[in-house]
Amino acid sequence: MRVALFVTCINDTLYPDTGRAVITLLERLGVEVGFPAEQSCCGQPQFNTGYRHLTEPLVHRFDRAFADYDYVVTPSASCAAMVRDNYPRIAAKAEAEGRAGRELARAAASAVPKTYELTEFLTDVLKVTDVGAYYPHTVTYHPTCHGLRMLGLGDRPRRLLERVRGLELRELPGAEECCGFGGTFAVKNPAVSAAMGADKARAVLETGAEAVCTVDNSCLMHIGGTLRRQGAAARPVHIAEILAATEADAREPSRARATEGSPR
Amino acid sequence: MSGTYLGMPAFPAAAASSTQDARLRGNLRHATHTIRDKRAKAVAELDDWARLRAAGAAVKDRTLRHLDHYLEQLEESVTAAGGQVHWAADAAEANAIVARLVRETGEREVVKVKSMATQETGLNRALAEAGISAYETDLAELIVQLGDDLPSHILVPAIHRNRGEIRDIFREQMARWGRPAPDDLSDAPAALAEAARLHLREKFLTAKVGISGANFMVADTGTLVVVESEGNGRMCLTLPETLISVVGIEKVVPTWQDLEIFLQLLPRSSTAERMNPYTSMWTGTTDGDGPRTFHLVLLDNGRTDTLADTVGRQALRCIRCSACLNVCPVYERAGGHAYGSAYPGPIGAILTPQLRGTASELDASLPYASSLCGACYEVCPVAIDIPEVLVHLRERVVQGGRVTRRGVKTVLKPAKGHAAERAAMRAAGFAFDHPGALRAGQRLAARTRRLHPRRLPGPGRAWTDTRDLPPVPAESFRDWWRRTRGEERAK
Repeated sequence: MRVALFVTCINDTLYPDTGRAVITLLERLGVEVGFPAEQSCCGQPQFNTGYRHLTEPLVHRFDRAFADYDYVVTPSASCAAMVRDNYPRIAAKAEAEGRAGRELARAAASAVPKTYELTEFLTDVLKVTDVGAYYPHTVTYHPTCHGLRMLGLGDRPRRLLERVRGLELRELPGAEECCGFGGTFAVKNPAVSAAMGADKARAVLETGAEAVCTVDNSCLMHIGGTLRRQGAAARPVHIAEILAATEADAREPSRARATEGSPR
Repeated sequence: MSGTYLGMPAFPAAAASSTQDARLRGNLRHATHTIRDKRAKAVAELDDWARLRAAGAAVKDRTLRHLDHYLEQLEESVTAAGGQVHWAADAAEANAIVARLVRETGEREVVKVKSMATQETGLNRALAEAGISAYETDLAELIVQLGDDLPSHILVPAIHRNRGEIRDIFREQMARWGRPAPDDLSDAPAALAEAARLHLREKFLTAKVGISGANFMVADTGTLVVVESEGNGRMCLTLPETLISVVGIEKVVPTWQDLEIFLQLLPRSSTAERMNPYTSMWTGTTDGDGPRTFHLVLLDNGRTDTLADTVGRQALRCIRCSACLNVCPVYERAGGHAYGSAYPGPIGAILTPQLRGTASELDASLPYASSLCGACYEVCPVAIDIPEVLVHLRERVVQGGRVTRRGVKTVLKPAKGHAAERAAMRAAGFAFDHPGALRAGQRLAARTRRLHPRRLPGPGRAWTDTRDLPPVPAESFRDWWRRTRGEERAK
């Protein structure tokens, strides 16, 4: 089984710890993971803002980068949903507009079935829910919109979190409501985005949990940025980092955080 | 509010002010959450909901594909049943037809059943200009009309008002339009309803002309259907001598049997009821019963143009249940007025820019009035993929493209004001397709990370006004990988 990490542009640039956590976790589970350097962005920012044609080279790039792998695993429900839901649409439309031949459709068709969001890969392909993690904290889980409604992750992330030793899961009020990030929505409609973010941050604080966890760092950037601006103690954490954590990390916190960007 | 949506600011500006209104946010949150919870229960009662939903979408799609055929059949059926059919290409034409029909009766007053089509055309204002007073008889529409306000929800037009505000409107405005409210009117729902009932009864009993919309039109028999809760509709449809129904052409269904599907989908999605209290059906005219004269005004107003768009046309399946409004987190914060048309919320964000085009700043901003969370698609009883259409229309706004306007195929230019964004998207597209450039950018950001300001200038300001950006890490993932693992391992 040849598995590649699709780290995604946002994790690559801003949240390298999440990518490292996926590597740690998968290697601990006996999976050899490759990282083809040719990969970049899934194209979602362009696609969702109305620049579909700019995503066509990225569909080709995705296909080329991961051609030699059986599975592509990504710690982002949103990017996985982009590949699975939108790549075929992009190919079909490009073909209808006479801008692409069958090659784009072939690239999309090859990318779609092998692309998995991390929690799907763990539960559906590796068939594990106990990944041997230890995380002695109270955590609340926000199911991100694309994970919930585009990918239909269902209770997969929750099943994984429930098997983490030491972790106490707290119900998030209004969990299924969007946090208000929405990519360029946060910039184009800042007032509504901020209002949604404030409500989500309030819900997180109501749980009293130490951390809010999601399957997407983009949503966490928004929720965490709102919490941080408010000076709130609750911290954002990607599910991969929880699942990768072990008792050794808990004994030596410096070990787990040694490579993290220094706080400002 | 001044009774018209014309000249309203673009969505982000309108929403920026409405999100500051704590009372409005409170009213909206309470109302939408109550109804969304009830809807979920009502829908969960049916184990074949998914199949009903698929059937509803399929009937609508099939009808839309052969719309010309069913409309002609409808015209024949209505005419054979004693009604008269009028075709209106746009709002102005529909309003002119209605004004003429009312004038021909010699009347100066009409009672109205709540109708989205006449909200869309701005009929009340057009009638007022023609010297005709139109009285809304739906409780919420009455509140909106008395308050010289605009509806802000499809099902609950006065959703933005609470009981206290409604009592004040009744006390101050009812006398201007007819029977005044009692001096000691309280804000108890029963007292408010009674005041409205007494006020409206006078209108029902004196009106000679009624104006309605319709939820469905059955091609095969020429039957029109109105689904409502208060009984005011039944009064308006049966008491007047003349009935004028203004209906969008997409409301046609082929046969009575099709109603079976929609009369299950609509009430549960809309009011969260198993069945709505009043379902009125009328077919032409009947001697000795109901209106003597019946006119059907079939409204196009951008619908055939919408039909010409293979992605966007699914918006025409809409049965105006408003379930999408009640689950939309954006609608909940921004309120209905921010959408600047009779159709607010997610469905408005895709329907309005298709019916009206994307030429105005407001209409061009509507496809962006969504975080693409997908909750609207999930609840839609006719499975309109609203996020798909939103993205499709965004593309039209920023890239232009081929569209049909008033039946003529034309090429739309990109909207103004997106040049910087387009340049940024192209630059990002270039970087993403050249990982070397991406890596250089990441390294520059990492090297300068101690210089990054806490608040960004330009478009980034919108972000950093309320949120902290994450600190840029010292090393990107790809650099960490290369440093610790070397280049791509042998496969």
